[in-house]
Amino acid sequence: MILFCRNGRSDTLTLEGRVVAPSQRIDEALRISVEDGVITAIEPGSPGSRVIAPAFVDPHVHLRTPGREDEETLRSGTEAAAAGGYCAILAMPNTEPVVDSAAVLRALVERAREEAVIPTGFMAAISKGQRGEELTEMAELVASGAAAFTDDGHPVVSAAVLQRALRYGSIAPRPLALHCEEPSLSRGGHAHEGEIAAELGLGPYPSSAESVMVERDLSLAAAEERPLHVMHLSARESVDSLRRAQAEGIRATAEVTPHHLCLTDDAVRSLDPNVKMNPPLRADADRRALLDALRDGTICAVATDHAPHARHEKDVPFEEAPFGVTGLETAFAALYTRLVLPGALSLETLLERMSAGPARALDLPEPRIEVGARANLVELDLDADWQVTEAGFRSLSANSWLLGETLRGRVARTIADGREVFAL
Amino acid sequence: MAELRGPAAPRRHLLSVRDLTREDIERILETARRLAASLDREVKKLPTLRGRTVVHLFYESSTRTLASFELAAKRLSADTMSLRAAGSSVDKGESLKDTALTLAAYDPDVIVVRHPSIGAPQLVARCTDAHVVNAGDGKHQHPTQALLDLYAMEEALGRLEGLHVAVVGDVAHSRVARSLVQALGLVGARSTLIAPPTLLPRGIEALGCDTSTDIADAASADVVYVLRMQRERMAAGEAFVPSLREYRVLYGITPERVRPGQVVMHPGPMNRGIEIDPRVADSGAALVGEQVRAGLVVRMAVLYDVMTVAPSPALVAAGAA
Repeated sequence: MILFCRNGRSDTLTLEGRVVAPSQRIDEALRISVEDGVITAIEPGSPGSRVIAPAFVDPHVHLRTPGREDEETLRSGTEAAAAGGYCAILAMPNTEPVVDSAAVLRALVERAREEAVIPTGFMAAISKGQRGEELTEMAELVASGAAAFTDDGHPVVSAAVLQRALRYGSIAPRPLALHCEEPSLSRGGHAHEGEIAAELGLGPYPSSAESVMVERDLSLAAAEERPLHVMHLSARESVDSLRRAQAEGIRATAEVTPHHLCLTDDAVRSLDPNVKMNPPLRADADRRALLDALRDGTICAVATDHAPHARHEKDVPFEEAPFGVTGLETAFAALYTRLVLPGALSLETLLERMSAGPARALDLPEPRIEVGARANLVELDLDADWQVTEAGFRSLSANSWLLGETLRGRVARTIADGREVFAL
Repeated sequence: MAELRGPAAPRRHLLSVRDLTREDIERILETARRLAASLDREVKKLPTLRGRTVVHLFYESSTRTLASFELAAKRLSADTMSLRAAGSSVDKGESLKDTALTLAAYDPDVIVVRHPSIGAPQLVARCTDAHVVNAGDGKHQHPTQALLDLYAMEEALGRLEGLHVAVVGDVAHSRVARSLVQALGLVGARSTLIAPPTLLPRGIEALGCDTSTDIADAASADVVYVLRMQRERMAAGEAFVPSLREYRVLYGITPERVRPGQVVMHPGPMNRGIEIDPRVADSGAALVGEQVRAGLVVRMAVLYDVMTVAPSPALVAAGAA
């Protein structure tokens, strides 16, 4: 097992509306009956005003547990995910302590069985302490329920360590997800290297700090003939490398965040700490390259990189603020408002990249709308306008780049693993 | 002079030269000239800001900026208070926000902030009701330095429109360069940034200037503006140039590199013998003393201006951002 949540009831309910499941080529008015958590009937229905889709899967979430439960807990983070339409999320291991041993992982799994509102998987570290030196006991971690491996927050600086992780991965068969950053190029960087950083005097974090590492990691994956998943892409050069590698048959998948799809470094002019993240917001050409790659499937997954931070830690000068923004509760609405409504992305592609795409990339169960399947469904009200406010968050943190914004399109109901976990 | 506005009116800040228009700059410089004339009198104090409070919040060492702001506020009869990071609650780990809120409880009209981190004055502006004047935030902005430099240039050369200023040195780490280039652009002067390629940030042309890596390009300028090599802003082991010796050879402002008729400026403090030859620093071409004197009247004008002139709607939005 790789996804864990508290045991609860299995619900019996009916959903009716325009059902859109792009990976199953479904787009029609249907009525879906769920009995004891399982889809028992799919029949013609009335289109109504709601869209019903396979619920979302987020491959990149920071739940800050253990260690920073003031910023997020398994309960608050999964409640936020439920409100965002998710039926499964993967938590990152850069906690205090790092999830680098079976003992820490098992304790987390136990907590998830008590607290997690939706199925939650835990990534374990690639290297002990995420120091990039020695491999973790990957096989035992897999046996203890690790969903995947990553040193997210840190790159695997040593090429030799990554080579070993790729090789060892054949006996610890869960995905390897990589945070690509060359630290000697990103050191002291607070914003994308370019006109905005130059004007503001912010230390530059060039695109090459990401792309040279993406290129290296893809080369190693090719040499070892092993798959890998590249996290939170930000630069067009990285997209080019990925596309080339995929064309050569390298099994590489990738994810992109809503903020990198919607914003550019122009937002940094505000010096608002809630637009500071790693990797940084880049130029519009980068944003458009990411969007193209998401459209054509080169990037198969939207990942929020939900990164909660305590208020007092973000309420500091931009240069001193930590990297990261929240995103679970706003991802769909942000992308629907900023990309689908203006015609830059189809609703079908967005729904696929938020559900089946990430599920396949991280080797997770794919939410499907079919008789006999556990119900993992999201009901969307595409006409609803709502304002993003601090008070509205279920997350314990409010470091959202969307505070004060009005968004169109809202998650109205979420059914995860056969249970209604959120309803407006 | 204009009526001081009540506290409910939209606040005007000076966080960045981007907050200013050409009209703003010309008005501030004109005010500074009138104030300079008044300072020739025997009694140098003006009653203009009587009953007003100006707080100086300095998180970075400073000699001329703090001294001239303090004196400027006093010459305008404001009550002043200066807080340095050392010896205050900051030593006990108090955050900038909490320190600002504490000071705000005394209801200051203006808070003058110097801080090593980019975005600090914006934070103070967000969490207090005072007018905030940026006295330098990291490598970002030092708008009053730019204004006093314009004042000193205009006094020395009789005009600003059409001047060509070569800014030479450590551009990457210089808030002075960023502010000055923007201000020069606003008043119709031209600037060229001259630096080793490793100290010339990618994209800096967006400020509205030319760039060059060749010191010979300073020859055609009316003003050679020399920047200090900011050694304290370079992390250990991060040498942007192979050696200070090579820097001096390639970019140091020596008497041979100053054309007759050119003036030389430096924001201080100078590293004599590195970016500027002492013979240049002490020559008649150097306006260093004029810059310091301009600092007093220009900062008086800025304090007066932020408290008396209503901001345009765009500037209110910029300050609130």
